[in-house]
Amino acid sequence: MKYADEFRDKEIALGLSKAIRAEADPQRSYRFMEFCGGHTHAISRYGLEDMLPKNVRMIHGPGCPVCVLPAGRIDMAIRLAMRPDIILCVYGDLMRVPGSQGASLLKAKARGADIRMVYSTIDAVRIADENPAREVVFFAIGFETSTPPTAVMIRLAEKKQLENFSVFCNHVLTPPAMQNILESPDIRSIGRVEIDGFVGPAHVSTIIGTAPYEFFAEEFGKPVVISGFEPLDMMQAILMLVRQVNEHRHEVENQYSRAVTRDGNLRAKEEVSDIFELRDQFEWRGLGQVPYSGLKLKRSYARYDAEIRFGMNELRVDDNPACECGAILRGVKKPVDCKLFGTVCTPETPMGSCMVSSEGACAAHWTYGRFRDHQQRRAS
Amino acid sequence: MKSYQRKLDIRNGCVDLSHGSGGRAMAQLISGLFHEAFGNEWLARGNDQSAFDVPAGRMVMTTDGYVVSPLFFPGGNIGSLAVHGTVNDIAMAGARPLYLSASFIIEEGFRFSDLKTIADAMGEAARAAGVHIITGDTKVVERGKADGLFISTAGVGVVPDGLDLSAEKARVGDRVLISGTLGDHGVAIMSKRQNLAFETEIVSDSASLHDLVAKMVAAGGKGIRLMRDPTRGGLAATLNEVAQQSGLGFGLQEEAIPVKPGVAAACELLGLDPLYVANEGKLVAIVSPEVADTVLAAMRAHPLGHDAADIGEAVADDHHFVQMATSFGGGRIVDWLSGEQLPRIC
Repeated sequence: MKYADEFRDKEIALGLSKAIRAEADPQRSYRFMEFCGGHTHAISRYGLEDMLPKNVRMIHGPGCPVCVLPAGRIDMAIRLAMRPDIILCVYGDLMRVPGSQGASLLKAKARGADIRMVYSTIDAVRIADENPAREVVFFAIGFETSTPPTAVMIRLAEKKQLENFSVFCNHVLTPPAMQNILESPDIRSIGRVEIDGFVGPAHVSTIIGTAPYEFFAEEFGKPVVISGFEPLDMMQAILMLVRQVNEHRHEVENQYSRAVTRDGNLRAKEEVSDIFELRDQFEWRGLGQVPYSGLKLKRSYARYDAEIRFGMNELRVDDNPACECGAILRGVKKPVDCKLFGTVCTPETPMGSCMVSSEGACAAHWTYGRFRDHQQRRAS
Repeated sequence: MKSYQRKLDIRNGCVDLSHGSGGRAMAQLISGLFHEAFGNEWLARGNDQSAFDVPAGRMVMTTDGYVVSPLFFPGGNIGSLAVHGTVNDIAMAGARPLYLSASFIIEEGFRFSDLKTIADAMGEAARAAGVHIITGDTKVVERGKADGLFISTAGVGVVPDGLDLSAEKARVGDRVLISGTLGDHGVAIMSKRQNLAFETEIVSDSASLHDLVAKMVAAGGKGIRLMRDPTRGGLAATLNEVAQQSGLGFGLQEEAIPVKPGVAAACELLGLDPLYVANEGKLVAIVSPEVADTVLAAMRAHPLGHDAADIGEAVADDHHFVQMATSFGGGRIVDWLSGEQLPRIC
């Protein structure tokens, strides 16, 4: 497949693998966090761990919007969807995300809620257009990449003068979460693992550009390399991080220069800032409350805000106390260190955030990588 | 039973509740549309059942339901699919398919012309496979209760003497053969789904595999341990199933697995993995290493096995993992599918 196979070439991968082995200092270890679920998925699907030396370890970050959505928000959506006048439009990934007490949108749909899976925000607007007697709510979720399409949809609804359309907004932001991972006091109770650098987001950075990470690299003294989602992108980004660490640099470097610029997509950023504003704080599954990390609709667009329109009450649900997602997201623990992993918590019946989507650290390890645990056990 | 007041208006008419009521309208639908399409001596007798002679040997029986959406897709429709699917379930035992039944649950308002296209496709697929649809049933339900049309089938066939294909026969070192490219059917269907329509030249691989199977059995005999058709859940589901049933594991080579570029591209776009996408005209065979090359050559000589490939082997594994060496150079598991295979959102 053109434009994809070039970035999955085995020979080049072996060359990069050799270079990483040659340049990584055997006297020290390297711990890099890939923020995005897309990166986590690529690492697992292509078996990248097999191509890295033992002292270069990848820590899987919280960059999977489905995974970090708190159970309370799912409960809120279910409660709304059970109203007979509502059609709730969602992306397919959300259907199985667990709310409290084993509830999910999939189960609510089976019980009669009118929940429709859509592939694009445009579909939600079309459904609203076709069902003028019903209230159509779009369950908006995602990082900076998925926010502009929601903004475009609201513009479209405005243009079409749709009276029956609104958005349940769960959009979140990347930089505040990265910052939270490094500086939150929560870390001290969990313990911490020193992170030596970040593989920065791919698609998110096409929107926000590389500039927002500059403060971060400077302030925390951590190198950031923006990387594409293809396996060769990642291998190259890891090599670039190893070099920065070896040379005691902490800069923002852009491996994904074929798509990402310093300033990002100005038009998209403008659309988003026209319609959305920051929430004071937003809850992330596994991280807790993170200040200024979520978006809501501006007051001038309040009529499209489902939370206001339907008087939705904020619901809070505590995660299973045995769930180690918080520690796993911060790199303190690995999926296998969690008692629930692979026992009661599997992709079929996820308990914690990391098992929810195939981009979550636990789900990726379970689905693609768990044979390594048995290999290690056998070896030792 | 010949003199109806008016002929069935196939071009403009549609099914209504009277066509399922057991009265004259139903008789007219059955004789005017289904008998016409399936045309055989058993149906012509008009009995509630059909009697047939049983050949010597062991028989196999299977049943299947068809609820595909959309009903018409590139490379076939629900009718041809129903015949192919049933024939293939029989053929995977190494058996020669003989007779099918077909029962139709039709929504009122369904157009006769569409029903005729579907029934004709069934008749054609049955004739091509050398099987007869010898008994059937028609029910009509209210609008909105059947998404157009559901078909359910049963089929019987006869297994050649001495052949007993089954998962527990698999042994460590056996080869895994696949008869062609993966994911064609699933991608063809998805390309026509509402909300998701995209342009592709991919057509469904829906086809009857019994003849390919016969050639393989002739070439490999008892060296063939088992065969499966990787339909829902794709190759991944099939091999995990066999791993569980046989108590073995599998080791695959991603580079050896044939996937059409158009299918790979569509999967890339939708966030799907071709290993999990449905096929309707492909089979997986686990064969002893001694006959693997002979069987593979026989497959490649057949029009439905042109792209056949040896993609891996059975290995000893207490965990019954299906593992794969990725073409990138790493290793991974090919696990069961969890839930529906839905596109990732970012």
